[in-house]
Amino acid sequence: MEFAELIKTPRVDNVVLHRPFYPAVEGTLCLTGHHLILSSRQDNTEELWLLHSNIDAIDKRFVGPLGTIIIKCKDFRIIQLDIPGMEECLNIASSIEALSTLDSITLMYPFFYRPMFEVIEDGWHSFLPEQEFELYSSAISEWRLSYVNQEFAVCPSYPPAVTVPKVIDDDALRKVATFRHGGRFPVLSYYHKKNGMVIMRSGQPLTGTNGRRCKEDEKLINATLRAGKRGYIIDTRPLNVAQQARAKGGGFEQEAHYPQWRRIHKSIERYHILQESLIKLVESCNDQTQNMDRWLSKLEASNWLTHIKEILTTACLAAQCLDREGASILIHGTEGTDSTLQVTSLAQIILEPRSRTIRGFEALIEREWLQAGHPFQQRCAQSAYCNSKQKWESPVFLLFLDCVWQILRQFPCSFEFNENFLIMLFEHAYASQFGTFLGNNESERCKLKLQQKTMSLWSWVNRPSELSKFTNPLFEANNLVIWPSVAPQSLQLWEGIFLRWNRSSKYLDEAYEEMVNIIEYNKQLQAKVNLLRRQLAELETEDGVQESP
Amino acid sequence: MEHIRTPKVENVRLVDRISSKKAALGTLYLTATHVIFVETAPDARKETWILHSQIATIEKQATTATGCPLLIRCKNFQLLQLVIPQERDCHDVYISLIRLARPVKYEELYCFSFNPKLDREEREQGWMLIDLSEEYKRMGLPNNYWQLSDMNREYRVCDSYPTELYVPKLATAHIIVGSSKFRSRRRFPALSYYYKDNHASICRSSQPLSGFSARCLEDEQMLQAIRKANPGSDFIYVVDTRPKLNAMANRAAGKGYENEDNYSNIKFQFIGIENIHVMRSSLQKMLEVCELKSPSMSDFLWGLENSGWLRHIKAIMDAGVFIAKAVSEEGASVLVHCSDGWDRTAQVCSVASLLVDPHYRTLQGFMVLIEKDWISFGHKFTHRYGNLDGDPREISPVIDQFLECVWQLMEQFPCAFEFNERFLIHIQHHIYSCQFGNFLCNSQKERQELKIQERTYSLWAYLWKNRADYLNPLFRADHSQTWGILHLPTAPCNFMFWNGMYNRFEKGLQPRQSVTDYLMAVKEETQQLEEELEALEERLEKIQKVQLNRTKVKSKQSEPSKHSGFSTSDNSTANTPQDYSGNVNSFPSRSPSQGDEDSALILTQDNLKSSDPDLSANSDQESGVEDLSCRSPSGGECAPGEDSGRDRDSDEAVFLAA
Repeated sequence: MEFAELIKTPRVDNVVLHRPFYPAVEGTLCLTGHHLILSSRQDNTEELWLLHSNIDAIDKRFVGPLGTIIIKCKDFRIIQLDIPGMEECLNIASSIEALSTLDSITLMYPFFYRPMFEVIEDGWHSFLPEQEFELYSSAISEWRLSYVNQEFAVCPSYPPAVTVPKVIDDDALRKVATFRHGGRFPVLSYYHKKNGMVIMRSGQPLTGTNGRRCKEDEKLINATLRAGKRGYIIDTRPLNVAQQARAKGGGFEQEAHYPQWRRIHKSIERYHILQESLIKLVESCNDQTQNMDRWLSKLEASNWLTHIKEILTTACLAAQCLDREGASILIHGTEGTDSTLQVTSLAQIILEPRSRTIRGFEALIEREWLQAGHPFQQRCAQSAYCNSKQKWESPVFLLFLDCVWQILRQFPCSFEFNENFLIMLFEHAYASQFGTFLGNNESERCKLKLQQKTMSLWSWVNRPSELSKFTNPLFEANNLVIWPSVAPQSLQLWEGIFLRWNRSSKYLDEAYEEMVNIIEYNKQLQAKVNLLRRQLAELETEDGVQESP
Repeated sequence: MEHIRTPKVENVRLVDRISSKKAALGTLYLTATHVIFVETAPDARKETWILHSQIATIEKQATTATGCPLLIRCKNFQLLQLVIPQERDCHDVYISLIRLARPVKYEELYCFSFNPKLDREEREQGWMLIDLSEEYKRMGLPNNYWQLSDMNREYRVCDSYPTELYVPKLATAHIIVGSSKFRSRRRFPALSYYYKDNHASICRSSQPLSGFSARCLEDEQMLQAIRKANPGSDFIYVVDTRPKLNAMANRAAGKGYENEDNYSNIKFQFIGIENIHVMRSSLQKMLEVCELKSPSMSDFLWGLENSGWLRHIKAIMDAGVFIAKAVSEEGASVLVHCSDGWDRTAQVCSVASLLVDPHYRTLQGFMVLIEKDWISFGHKFTHRYGNLDGDPREISPVIDQFLECVWQLMEQFPCAFEFNERFLIHIQHHIYSCQFGNFLCNSQKERQELKIQERTYSLWAYLWKNRADYLNPLFRADHSQTWGILHLPTAPCNFMFWNGMYNRFEKGLQPRQSVTDYLMAVKEETQQLEEELEALEERLEKIQKVQLNRTKVKSKQSEPSKHSGFSTSDNSTANTPQDYSGNVNSFPSRSPSQGDEDSALILTQDNLKSSDPDLSANSDQESGVEDLSCRSPSGGECAPGEDSGRDRDSDEAVFLAA
């Protein structure tokens, strides 16, 4: 097997594992191609199985012959291994380093993983664009599914099928693609059944310094407007950033050429600014020794919650324009693969009850993140501990999940899924046995043949045994638009993610269990009462029947 | 009343500070007890009632073209911004309120006119609900080591202490009197809590008058007696809750702290909780942050840090944790004091008791705790909470901080408390409302002289009567969190800003659905189902028996009442958007959030139609407590027209109009 040469010492005995809130465990450490395993070989003792791809960074220390490896994971967990013998320790450390930074995607675990569960429904086919389009088709007569990108030639980061206005033919789409960053011509993101208005997304227009225009582009987005109605273009960048983009060939829609559209600039950060924010936040969450003032000032300095507020505010604004103003909206930033998707997907959480169900949320992730070409492979390559700062690493998806959690906290009964579902998605985006989050877009996934060679995350999640862990017991279908508060007082640090490994969750888990018990018991009683009522009714009618003749 | 210069002003506007929507037009009334704003909009007629005793400050701002703005800040953190058309009217209202908000004698306070229509017997029973002698019995007292002392009979030794006190058996009258002379305001060491599992105790006192070198044999003997009352430990902790610097400064004034050399077998410890003046200005700063109009995240976090509020909360908790550990883990007794021993000492003793003893985490136990460590031990309620016109430097949110500590604990231990957040909020409200007599005066002695129990009603009876509203659905008597000691993690990241308290009137900032209320509704329905199940089983059995006997009996059809399911979407989810456009200039001036009546932001009084005007004006709901209108899910029991319900209508109306 090809990993053998990377594993210098496959096995070390008498290794001691330290984790917060657990007693130390002594056992045998094994390295396999994809896992780090520690087993105490005793009954009732939990083993540690850690995916190498979950390892973000390692530190080593030596005190005499005893070596210590500190493993920092992408899910922010930090564990410590005490390894007797300097050579073993060095070998293990270098093996972990090599195995956790494999270059080739096809060497990743999803290509080797063989599921031990029965696949009820193949997740690769659960959310096809055609099916999603079907859901709307009754309502949208003005839209069509275009296969202009069948071969990924028009836009490499779009899926083969996209929804566009019916009046725009494929030739026009090809022209528009040359006018939009990365070929990302405006496509339908969300159709608001309540009033027929839509959210579209795209890349920035390539106006450049000399104000280039594209008639087809104007025609395309104007096709979504009702007569006499105006639309909104939400540019996720501040005006000055958008202006600067012109020097590099990018830009924004000029009022003169888009007279029916009103442009709004917001300022959602991107790239390394977000990554640095995450690094600072995780660092201060891990520092348990500091005093209150330092904690608050570090929390503030990390700016994480500022980003949350900005993203949520923009999404609310988009939802408000759509629902309250009855206007169609086009959203883009620069590439249209990051802040754009945060805004379009969060707006749907606010507006669309279906996206607050498990199935609907999965469909949203598929549609607005995976198929929409959010570059997961690049963005989630490293997490908060790694020093190799690459420009493209950025916790864009985590910020989105955090925003969803903020809304969930404000509307605890309106979501079918619970916090664990969001945490699970975060984990799998960074390290997983499933192929779902591999690759940067559909084109890459196609080339990797992920559908044939790996298992979809949804195949695993959508089985009753797993779903029960992710179902919110408080859920009551709520068909209204939900307007979250974006005031600083209403936003909180997501403890479930950032303090997860720094404190015992015992009491909160107990509370959750108790909540489930209360609701389960109620349901059981309800069922019993219904059964008895029926029985009684039957008996009583029998009585009546016997009596009547 | 002679203080009301103008009882009614029309065309007053109530400004909504959070959303940018239009101000509500209405009429302002001044009564002997309340300020009332009634909206003129015919469909709403929404009302806002403010008790005079809740008014903290009134600020008259510069007159503008639209009128004269008046800002009323309340002690329960409500903030009212009114615009009165005529300067003269505004001035009259201002002058009247200044006087009404600062009564000069107790008799002016609301509790002396508040009449909930209970007869004398009911009132007396209400006062008997919480009985401290029962509480000491529960602790296992008296016993071989502790006895009830009558030394303070008729408040002869210490006028701010209760008459009934537990002291070590070894503490003779001579020792007590001697010790009391060596302590500030003669507040000698007395028992606050006794941990019967290991005989360790928490005692409290004021600072010793040690100056730089003075000592007192009887005081030293007193501490010895406390140590000897705990055979399990050969030392006691003496916890001075002040910062060391403050305690040292006190020595110059002939006060100070215990010298370890003079007292045998004590371990002395400073904790470092700041004094009432620091706390007052800290709260002030935090409230300024809450008042900011659309603050950025940085504004908020920076302001929160700068206020120091959470640092102070953590200091109190740290002290409580230290004492709880000493008592429960080390089995050592602790003597706690600060300067006078009625502020920080009360906070710390009660937090420690709460951590150690699950009884105090029940509804009734919590009332007992406040009665014991705060009311009976002479916490100066009237001074601290400014119930009467007095020295503003005496005012400080001491018990507010204690209530927040409890809330922080509830967040960490969601199943440990029998009561919910609303319970704390309503207690806070009534500490300031002066609607009940419990929190009047500065000591037991004063209360007795005023004959409080004969002339006013007890809050505890009222809360107990309405206890269904205050239960925590996750509490279960057999739960592991419910018994034993709470081990609180005290890293700073575990402490949160208490939005539910300090922004409680800004409905738009609160979670839109309440898990507590939802679960309570489920539990209520469960109980009904249990009853129905029993009834059904009985009937089924009967019928089967009858059929078995081949006797045909026509069973009377009495269809069980159909349960209306609890739907949270009814009203609590109904909400309207905030002003998300913020300061975006390019956004059209007609913000989408304008023009819809988000009614949830202001406290309303809905039941004015009540036939008895007196009752309606006095019952608690009207006085402004009943703000938790998002208590929607309760099996269809929502009062029609509760504001959140109306909210939804407006929500839809706006949409249709769009």
